Amino acid sequence: MKNDFIWMAGGPQGSGVDSSANIFARACCYGGLHVYGKREYSSNIKGLHSYFHIRVSPSEVGAIVNRVDLLCTFDAESVVRHIWEVSPGGGIICDTGIIETKISSILSLPFAFIEEWNKSLNERGLHPETVGDLLDEVKKNNVRIYPIPYLEMLKEIGKEIGEEQLSKLTRMINVLTLGASFGLANYDKEYVEKAINMIFGKKPKIISMNLLALNKAYDYARKNFADAGINLKTIRTDEQRIFLQGTQAVALGKLAGGCRMQTYYPITPAADESEYIEENQVFEITGSEKTGGILVVQTEDEIAAITMAIGAALTGARSATSTSGPGFSLMAEGLGWAGINEVPVVINYYQRGGPSTGLPTRHGQDDLRFAIHASHGEFPRIIVCSGDIEECFYDAARAFNYAERYQTPVIHLIDKALANSNKSYKMFNPTLVKIERGELLTEADVVGKNYRRFEFTESGISPRLPIGTPGAVFWNTGDEHNELGHITEESMMRTRMHEKRMRKLEIADREIQEKERVNFFGDEDAPMTIVSWGSPKGAILEAMEMLRKDGLRMNFVQVRIPHPLPRKYIERILGNSSKKIAVEGNYSGQLAGIIREETGILMDYFILKWNGRPMSADEVYEALLNIVQNRAQTRQVLNGGS
Amino acid sequence: MALKLSDYRTQVFNDWCPGCGNFGILTSLQMALVDLAVKPSRVVIISGIGCHGKTPHFVNAYGVHTLHGRALPFAIGIKLANPELEVIVHGGDGDGLGIGAGHFVNTGRRNLDMTYIIHDNGVYGLTKGQASPTLKLGVKTKAMPKPNINEGINPIALALAAGFTFIARSYCYDVGHLKETIKMAVKHKGMALVIVQQWCPTYNEINTKGWYNGEDRIDPVTGKPIPRLYKLEENGYDGVVRKPEDVLPKTVAALTKAFEWDDKIPIGVFYQNELVSTFQERISQRITTYPGTPPAKEIIADNMGEPVTSIKKMLDELKVTG
Ligand SMILES: Cc1ncc(C[n+]2csc(CCOP(=O)(O)OP(=O)(O)O)c2C)c(N)n1
Ligand code: SF4
Ligand SMILES: [Mg+2]
Repeated sequence: MKNDFIWMAGGPQGSGVDSSANIFARACCYGGLHVYGKREYSSNIKGLHSYFHIRVSPSEVGAIVNRVDLLCTFDAESVVRHIWEVSPGGGIICDTGIIETKISSILSLPFAFIEEWNKSLNERGLHPETVGDLLDEVKKNNVRIYPIPYLEMLKEIGKEIGEEQLSKLTRMINVLTLGASFGLANYDKEYVEKAINMIFGKKPKIISMNLLALNKAYDYARKNFADAGINLKTIRTDEQRIFLQGTQAVALGKLAGGCRMQTYYPITPAADESEYIEENQVFEITGSEKTGGILVVQTEDEIAAITMAIGAALTGARSATSTSGPGFSLMAEGLGWAGINEVPVVINYYQRGGPSTGLPTRHGQDDLRFAIHASHGEFPRIIVCSGDIEECFYDAARAFNYAERYQTPVIHLIDKALANSNKSYKMFNPTLVKIERGELLTEADVVGKNYRRFEFTESGISPRLPIGTPGAVFWNTGDEHNELGHITEESMMRTRMHEKRMRKLEIADREIQEKERVNFFGDEDAPMTIVSWGSPKGAILEAMEMLRKDGLRMNFVQVRIPHPLPRKYIERILGNSSKKIAVEGNYSGQLAGIIREETGILMDYFILKWNGRPMSADEVYEALLNIVQNRAQTRQVLNGGS
Repeated sequence: MALKLSDYRTQVFNDWCPGCGNFGILTSLQMALVDLAVKPSRVVIISGIGCHGKTPHFVNAYGVHTLHGRALPFAIGIKLANPELEVIVHGGDGDGLGIGAGHFVNTGRRNLDMTYIIHDNGVYGLTKGQASPTLKLGVKTKAMPKPNINEGINPIALALAAGFTFIARSYCYDVGHLKETIKMAVKHKGMALVIVQQWCPTYNEINTKGWYNGEDRIDPVTGKPIPRLYKLEENGYDGVVRKPEDVLPKTVAALTKAFEWDDKIPIGVFYQNELVSTFQERISQRITTYPGTPPAKEIIADNMGEPVTSIKKMLDELKVTG
C-alpha cells in the first residue's frame, strides 16, 4: 500500500459533509500532499446518510482503498455505518452525546442495512445495545476513540459570538470534526485556515465563526488526546497543482475545445457540469482584448436538449449536451437524426447505476452497449471513454474534433466515479488541446456553385457548410435523402447514401491514432493482460503496482475508444496473453463482449462490480491475486464500499 | 434585384393530395417572403413530421425537416446560435400540440424572436387520418373507427397561457390574409404563433371548405351561405398591448375570443405584446458579445488550430499549489 492516510467524514445529507471534506482536502493540497476524494450520497436532499472518503499521500493517488484511518462522525448513524471500515490503529472522532444512544433508535438506517448488520453482528458474536458498546468493541482491535463534547463546545462558541440559536451552531459540527482531525495530526493550522477562507468565500461572519470552531476543536484534541500517530506531514512542492472533480474537467475541456452551445436538462451527476459552465460562461479570448461566451440552455427535457444542440451544430457552432442514462434514453431519436444528417454533436454521458432511475446518485458502468447501439437504424458514431479526471479534460475537447472530422455524433462516456471524485493534478496543459474542424466550408467556397450538402466525394466525406451561409441553400431531413438533402426512397440512392455514411466509421478507424484509442501499461511480455475502460483505471494501476511488489507482472490495455474498436491492436496484445482479464463496472462484461464479437477473443476471467460503488485498489488487487494463484472463478464479483 | 416568387420555389415534385390546404399555406409563405425581401440563404424553414413536414423541401431556402414534434427545439438551437437568420417553423397539429406539446409550452416561455405556423387540419394526415389533438369531442372523421373520445385542445388559449407574444389565426384558402398574417408574425419582436385552419380533403370531411364557408347554413333572406370565419379587426377588435396595463384586459379579451368556434370562428391577431423581453435580449445581458458574435460566429481557434478560449481564470481558481 501507498504511504497514505485515509480520512472519512460521515453525516446526514445537508450537514456539511461536502464542505468539511473540501476543506480537509484543500488543506492537505496546500500542504503539498496529493489527494483523491470520493463523494457518496443518496437521492435525497436532507437527512439521509452521506459520506466523503479522502485519501492523502505524498505521491499521486488515483483510487480509493476500502479502509479508513480516521473516521469523523457527525451523528450516531455514521458510527454504525462505517465502524468496521476503521483500520486497526485508526481512530474515530465522535460526539460524547451519542455514546449512550441506542442503536435501535437510529431510524434512518434502512431495512436492508439492518438485516446485513444483524447478520454481521451474529457472525461476530456481538450484541451491542448502544453506540458506546460498539465503540468498546472496536477498541479491542486497537481502534482509538476520540469523543468530543460537540454540544458544549458549540454552546461555548455561541456565547463568544453572541449566537444563541442552536440550529445555526450545529451547522459547525463538521468543522469541529475537522479541527479535531487536524489537531490529532498536529497539522499546520495555517493551511486549514486558508482552506476555510477559500470554501466560505465571501462570507466573513461565517468564516470567523468557523475559524473559532476549528481552533477550539484543534486545541481540544491536542490537549486531551495522546499522539494519534497520524501520517499527515506537509511537504514542500514547487509544482503547480489543481484540485477538481470530473464534471469540472469535462467543462474545462469543452470550453477549451471551442464549445459554444451547451444544452441540458437537470440530472445527477451531469448537471454539475452545465452549472459550472454557466458560472463561467464569459471568458477571455487569447490574444485579443475581447471576451467570448458560451450559451447554456436549460431545456424542458432531454429531447429538446439534444435537438437544440443539433440545431446549433447545424449553424457551425460547436455544440454539446450533457446527461446520464435516463436522459440519454430520451435522446435516442435525436441521435439518429444527427446520424442521418451527418451533424457533429457531442453528448457527454455520465453513467450511473441503471436500468431506469436505478441508483440515481451511485456509480455504474452499464451503458457502453447502449451508447454504441442507441437509436434505430445504422449510422456511424464514435465513443470516447475517459479513464480518469485528466483524460476527461482532453477527451472532452477532442470529442469535437472527431465529431467535426467525421460529421457524426460523438458520445463521451464518463461515469459517476469520475464525475464526483476530486483529485489533485499537476496543472493541465491547455496548449495540448488542438482544434480540427474537418471539411468545413465558407461562403467563398460555395458562391456560384451548386452546393450539395451530401455530395458523394472521393474522401467519403461531404464538405459541410453552416446553415445560414450566404450564397447557398441546402436541406436536411430525417428521411433518406439525395445529395441536395431532399427526400428520396429510390433504391440506388439509398444504397449509396447509406454506404457513404457508414463508411465514415471505417475512415475514422483508419485515421484516429492508436495513442488516442488505447493506453497500454505494464510490460508487453507479461503473461497476463487486463482489459478495461473508464474509471477502474486508477484502481487497476494501483493493484498492478501492488502485484509488482509481490513479484507478479501484468499488463493492462485501457480502451479509450471502444467504437470503432481498435481491433488489430487488441488482437495483437491479447493474442500474446495466456490469461485475459476483463475488469468492468457492470454485470455482463460489456467491453469483453464487444471484443469477443469483433475479434473472437474470449476473456478468461471477469472482475465485475455493480453495487453502485467504484472499484477500490485493494479489492481489484485481491481479485487479481486470486487469478494469479489459480483460486479464482471465471467471474469474481466485487462488493466493496458502503 | 427584387426577389420573385420563383426565387423561393424548388423543383421538388409536390406530392400533397389534390385540394390539400397545405398548398395555400405554402403559397402564402412564399408570397410573404417575397414581400419581406429576405434572401433565401438568410431564411431557415423548419418542420416536424407529417404532411406539413414536407414544406421546407418546396421552399428555396435553408430547410430543416426534423422529427415528429421536435421542430421547435431544433429551431431554437438554430436561432440562438445564429440570431441573424429568419427562422420560420412549420408544425402539424398532432406534431406541435400532441407529441410536441411540451416544447410548445416552453417555447412560449422563452419568447425567442421566431415564427411558428401550425397547420391545423384536425387529423393526423400522414398516418392516414386518426384524430389530432385539435379535433373536438364526439367528432368522427372518416378514417376513425369511433367518434373522438377526447376533447380538443384550444391552441390559442394554450398559447396565451404559455406566453407567446403574438397569437393569430388564419385560413389556408384566404391566401391574402394568411400572407399578411405571416408577415406580421415574422416582423413581430418575439415568439409568434399562427394557427392556420387547414383542410384535409382526404381525411377530414367535417371541416371542409364548404363547412368553413357555411354552406350548411343558408341565410333564409339572401339565400346565401353564412360563413363561419370572420375577421377580428373588422369587428373593432384590437389585441395589441401598448402599455403594461393592457396586458390583463387584452389577455382576457383574447381568451374570450379563443373560445369562439363552430358558428363564429375568428381569424386575425388575437394578442400581441412586444413589451416582453426576447430570449436574445436576456442572453445579451449575460453575454454582452452575444449580438455581435453569437455561437455560430465566434472564432474558436487560430489558423494553426490552437484554441483561443482562455480557461486560465478557471484553472487559477482551481489551483492549490504553485
Ligand atoms: C416518434 C414518432 N411517432 C410516430 C410517428 C408517425 N407519424 C408520422 S406523421 C404523424 C402524425 C402527423 O400528424 P400532424 O402532425 O397533424 O401532421 P399532418 O400530417 O396532419 O400534417 C405520426 C404520428 C413518427 N414519425 N414519429
Ligand atoms: S392527407 Fe390531408 S393533409 Fe395530407 S396531403 Fe392529403 S389532404 Fe393534405
Ligand atoms: Mg394534422
